[in-house]
Amino acid sequence: MNVTVNKVAAGKVDNGVNVEALLGARQALTDAPDAARFKWRATCSWVNGTHSRSTVQSFFGLGAEQAHKAAFTYDADHPEVFASEDNGSTPVEYVLVALASCLTAGVAAVAQNRQIQLRSVKATVEAGMDLQGILGIDSEVRNGFDGIKVVFDIDADASREDIAALVAQSQKRSAVFDIVTNPTNVHVEVR
Amino acid sequence: MNLRPFGRGRLTGTVDVVVVGAGHSGLAMSRQLTRLAIDHVVLERGEVANSWRHERWDSLRLLTPNWQSRLPDYAYDGPDPDGFMTMPDVVDFVSGYARFIAAPVRTGVTVTSVRADDDGYRVETDRGAWRCRAVVLASGAHGAANLPAFADSVPDSVQTLTTREYRHPDQLDPRGVLVVGASASGVQLADEIARSGREVTLCVGEHIRMLRTYRGLDIQRWLDALGILDERYDTIDDVVRARRVPSPQLIGTPERRTLDLNALSDRGVTLAGRLAGLQDGKAQFSGALANHCAMADLKLGRLLDLIDSWVEENPARLASAVAGLRPADAAERFAATRVPENPPLTLDLTRGRIGTILWATGFRPDLDWLQVPVFDRKGRLRHDGGVVDAPGLYVLGLNFMRRRKSSFIHGAESDVRELGAHLVTYLSRGEVRPRRFEPTQFAPARIAAG
Repeated sequence: MNVTVNKVAAGKVDNGVNVEALLGARQALTDAPDAARFKWRATCSWVNGTHSRSTVQSFFGLGAEQAHKAAFTYDADHPEVFASEDNGSTPVEYVLVALASCLTAGVAAVAQNRQIQLRSVKATVEAGMDLQGILGIDSEVRNGFDGIKVVFDIDADASREDIAALVAQSQKRSAVFDIVTNPTNVHVEVR
Repeated sequence: MNLRPFGRGRLTGTVDVVVVGAGHSGLAMSRQLTRLAIDHVVLERGEVANSWRHERWDSLRLLTPNWQSRLPDYAYDGPDPDGFMTMPDVVDFVSGYARFIAAPVRTGVTVTSVRADDDGYRVETDRGAWRCRAVVLASGAHGAANLPAFADSVPDSVQTLTTREYRHPDQLDPRGVLVVGASASGVQLADEIARSGREVTLCVGEHIRMLRTYRGLDIQRWLDALGILDERYDTIDDVVRARRVPSPQLIGTPERRTLDLNALSDRGVTLAGRLAGLQDGKAQFSGALANHCAMADLKLGRLLDLIDSWVEENPARLASAVAGLRPADAAERFAATRVPENPPLTLDLTRGRIGTILWATGFRPDLDWLQVPVFDRKGRLRHDGGVVDAPGLYVLGLNFMRRRKSSFIHGAESDVRELGAHLVTYLSRGEVRPRRFEPTQFAPARIAAG
């Protein structure tokens, strides 16, 4: 069964994704499973109050140490309604950023692979949270989100069903979607 | 004769081919080998059609209608071509085939190892050894249950069983049941257990939503007519993925009902996401249920689009493909799968609500006895459309092995024809087989009574 898509002439679709490289990597890593084992890292230093600054630069993959072109830094803080200085996004908002950007990148990659030209993609994310959890008011309320809603507005040369399939496939292959929808063991220690 | 070539047990005989397993696949291959005048024996650990007799639940019927119950030179010819065989019917059908083809089956013979020998293979069993040049693995795709790694950490208060051990709801604790997996088995058993009055939660990961009938015809009529079941393993994009696809949500019943997740919701079954873990006595479910349902709905929609455009483009083909059946109804689309707004994310197994976990998580072939280096790093058999990665070794009946229908009863015919041809070439290659051991006299084929 083949997926029917409204194809632009082959080769003319350009969402800026190098699908050949991705497919090549898929094949290469199928043959060399050890090279597929990556380690992602971040460091976080307390600045003051609820303000912290995180840095991302090195990671491990393809059997060797790797690095981003530059060190990226992220300020996290709480807003003024929490009596903080609001020097950056709250940590939970970074989770939303991570989810939305992962799904959006996935939409672009899948669209390229399916020869669908994108004109615009916008994801709007909203997550509910009951502060009675983190404030310890009600032990039956969890600390984290009680749910996340992602709404995509996508303008592309494709039918509504094909766009829905893009978004579905993007979720299926998304790391962050997996991280937030499935439990993960977290080990925290002090050295 | 008492031959002890390596002091490893009595040599029962020497043949060109040993077929392991006398289910429908092994028997179909036996028929093909007989036609090709290839000397062979079929070794069966139990009786003919053993898994169909002993490893299926009581209410199970085939997912394919009777008209699809066919094997080489043999087909259902009863009064109800659109009905679905019960397990006793299947056992009769397969046993009847074994008698019809006079297959050289040795029942009650369990293969304990297959090793490469200098010019072929040595097959050790609990009742003597065989030497042969080729081995056909036809012991089925359901030898070992695929259980998640955390299956061991189920609390002791909860009974666990696989679909192979399940027979009927009465064998279960009266408390709730967690059914893990939403393939054909999972949805059928969730439905049956819910009807028995037990609370049922069904864990749903990737699944194939299917209709029993569409436009007045059984879905198998459409899949057959459109050639979808004949699609070959070497013509599709990603055969590894295609082989992993779970069986479609189907049930064979006289009333031809569709059994999808909406039908289960109507029955009172609670839908949850894929079982992702067990921690501190709590089952943890994935939060991706909505996406898994959306993907299944989209995929069903694409299948129906395919059927509708096939009908529109080829009305004459429809008439010839399904001659004698009532005309197709109008095209139709179906309500999306209803996903609860907040599906459960955890279920406490220690609170007494759940008495049973039923693993409907699929099976894999059990080939522990195959002492030949033909497994990949994940323990899967390396084969190219059933031609295993060792000379003279073949496999049958695996999911999408050569065609989408390879794991179906009617899928055996074309697979054994092609693999039989390969086998003939292999056997005739090069030198004449040195017959160092005089072949023992064959006892008349012993066929299990059906």
